[in-house]
Amino acid sequence: MDVVLLSRLQFAMATMFHFIFVPLTLGLSVLVAIMETIYVKTGDDTYKKMAKFWGKLFLINFALGIVTGITLEFQFGTNWSKYSEYVGDIFGSLLAIEATAAFFLESTFIAVWVFGWEKLSPKLHLLSIWLVAIASSVSAVWILIANAFMQHPVGYVMRNGRAELANFLDVVFHKFAWLEIIHTLSAAYILAGFFVLGISAYHLLKNNNVDFFKKSFAIAATFAFIFSCVEIIEGHYHGSEIAETQPAKLAAMESLWETGTNVPMNLLILPDEKNEKNSIEAFPIPGLLSFLAHHSFSAKVQGLKDFPKDERPPVALTFFSFRIMVGLGFLFLFLSFWAWKNRFNPLKSKRLLKFLIWAIPLPYIAIELGWVVAEVGRQPWIVYGLMKTSDAVSPINTGQVWFSFIALTLLYSFLGTVDIYLLAKYARKGPDA
Amino acid sequence: MLETIWFLLWGILWAIYFVLDGFDLGLGTLMPFLAKNEQDKRFIYNAMGPFWDGNEVWLITAGGVTFAAFPKTYAVMFSGLYTALMLLLIALIIRGISFEFRSKVESPGWKKIWDTCMFIGSFLPALLLGVAFANIFKGIPIDANGVFQGNILTLLNPYGLLGGILFVLLFLEHGALWLAFRTTGDLQLRSGATAAKIWPIKVIVLLIFLVYSAISTQLFANYLANPILFILLALPIIGIFLSRIYTGTQQWLKAWIASALTIFGTAMFGVIGIYPALLPSSINPAYSMTIYNSSSSTLTLKIMLGVALIFVPLVIGYQFWVYKKFSHPLTPKDLEYEEAY
Repeated sequence: MDVVLLSRLQFAMATMFHFIFVPLTLGLSVLVAIMETIYVKTGDDTYKKMAKFWGKLFLINFALGIVTGITLEFQFGTNWSKYSEYVGDIFGSLLAIEATAAFFLESTFIAVWVFGWEKLSPKLHLLSIWLVAIASSVSAVWILIANAFMQHPVGYVMRNGRAELANFLDVVFHKFAWLEIIHTLSAAYILAGFFVLGISAYHLLKNNNVDFFKKSFAIAATFAFIFSCVEIIEGHYHGSEIAETQPAKLAAMESLWETGTNVPMNLLILPDEKNEKNSIEAFPIPGLLSFLAHHSFSAKVQGLKDFPKDERPPVALTFFSFRIMVGLGFLFLFLSFWAWKNRFNPLKSKRLLKFLIWAIPLPYIAIELGWVVAEVGRQPWIVYGLMKTSDAVSPINTGQVWFSFIALTLLYSFLGTVDIYLLAKYARKGPDA
Repeated sequence: MLETIWFLLWGILWAIYFVLDGFDLGLGTLMPFLAKNEQDKRFIYNAMGPFWDGNEVWLITAGGVTFAAFPKTYAVMFSGLYTALMLLLIALIIRGISFEFRSKVESPGWKKIWDTCMFIGSFLPALLLGVAFANIFKGIPIDANGVFQGNILTLLNPYGLLGGILFVLLFLEHGALWLAFRTTGDLQLRSGATAAKIWPIKVIVLLIFLVYSAISTQLFANYLANPILFILLALPIIGIFLSRIYTGTQQWLKAWIASALTIFGTAMFGVIGIYPALLPSSINPAYSMTIYNSSSSTLTLKIMLGVALIFVPLVIGYQFWVYKKFSHPLTPKDLEYEEAY
């Protein structure tokens, strides 16, 4: 394996591992803040207990998200130094703003929240968890703006052999970036909602702390349902934005080979990349793809064959990741609606509760697949249309990357296992342990 | 001008990181030697408890600012120091995770794992940061294309290693003073005594480092050209004397602040010494990464300066508040607090 492939594998591994923990941090911090708000407003101790119980799970998860984040910042320089030189003027500043404006706030006030239960007034203590929740999401906003620049570069000029900032506001307020932000944050909130729903369902089925978990269930069901709706609606606009800005990615997401108008959406497709066709195409819905991509049944949609072979992303991986992600998105809408309907009496349907326990890992799968669509679908570009991934790598030798790749994989496997063990242990214990 | 301001900010961010995380790294390294029992260990964890995470963000910001203001330096430095940085990274990961995981299972074997991680994850970064910065002060072998001509052993030269030892000693004393400030009784006595013992060794190593720098690096060139800059040496010198005096009178917080001054001053002394380079090349000075050939565009530097001027004082403000609020002397009652480490 060469340095490019090894570095890509390492980056993918480190990012996907990091993103097991980040979405729960993003969503659960908001849920805990909501719970504590209700406690401060009503004085009902159940909600204080809720903030503490879910807060404990939040912290076990939070730690790993924080420490694995540093790897990502370092890797741009260690493994992708040509990339860093080329777009650092823009990309680097977005990362630096993230650290100064958001990450400091998050990391400082999480400690205030943990150590401040007895030292601060309830209102000040509540403020600290809201600062953590807001700072986490703001942190994600800056990182996603940086990623959006890789997907659809705007606001730059080519000067001195690199991309230099031309218009900061264009970079920050671009539509692509904000669609990505809404998409990713909603996904994180759905994930956290299902996390709380699943663990609550587990305890409700066992008749543990019924009042406590009913109340948790109600909050999480509403939360998950709202953001499942947001996600589906946003997903549609996101797709058409990709059709405009990254047509090759869209063609791979749909495994569409031939350019055409009035393009149908086939419900069943099996891509055959070698022969540049689909070996199975069945159950077409006429014109639907044209409509979804460009809001007109007769619109023209570009197929993969419109792009030179070396400018097409891997089709099967992008296609299947996209299909499964979308399928799961609709499943979340259905399950969260059902949970929301039963929110005051979750024991009404034991079947739903059983589903919800098994549904805990599903948003994780959806969210990882979403990143596969975004990042693999962007290939062979590291910055879409500007720089190829193969030109972005550092002048380092494979031995170094082998070492770090193996070391990080072993370390992450160990830490991930321990973390899941601890989460399961404390989730099972319930609030009275 | 803008580049120079950013150079200074860059140096200051690294120096603040060394001051703040320095005592955490020092304490983690000292723990196996200072802690006699489980309670001592928990005092040490909780002495860093509310602060270590916020402290570490200074490292991320220092790295981020290198990327933002001097992208080419960031690219050359991070790819050149690849293996050292990966080791640093792994060490910081296992340290950070030890805080959160250690108290989650009641078993001596489990705690032993995380105590070991805490030690390695504190000692290794202290050493590596010292080795890395000493090599930066001296210059590293980067060629005309910004490619590092060497490997991790290249960094482990005598001067680099001396820098590593110096950082470890600075951080050890810094950590011991912090623990003395935050504890009472026997543990306080022992950590105070440890700080007092480290002090003379630190002074000797610091002197050797200065002499070695004068002989084998260009670090003094800027100072000889502008002798007024030698005033900067007043910071570490005053810090060194005050920390000895306050250690003697057992005024631990003041001694810790004096030690902070020493660390800050030593780091800034090196940084000013390499100006206008951020990463001097030992092959040919023309290959050095400087503020002129590696900085971002004027627009980016201006926007980032605005961001820094708003947020850095704000961060210092709320972190100061957190330190004030949470750094009382620890008692056994603090360990009973359910969220304590």
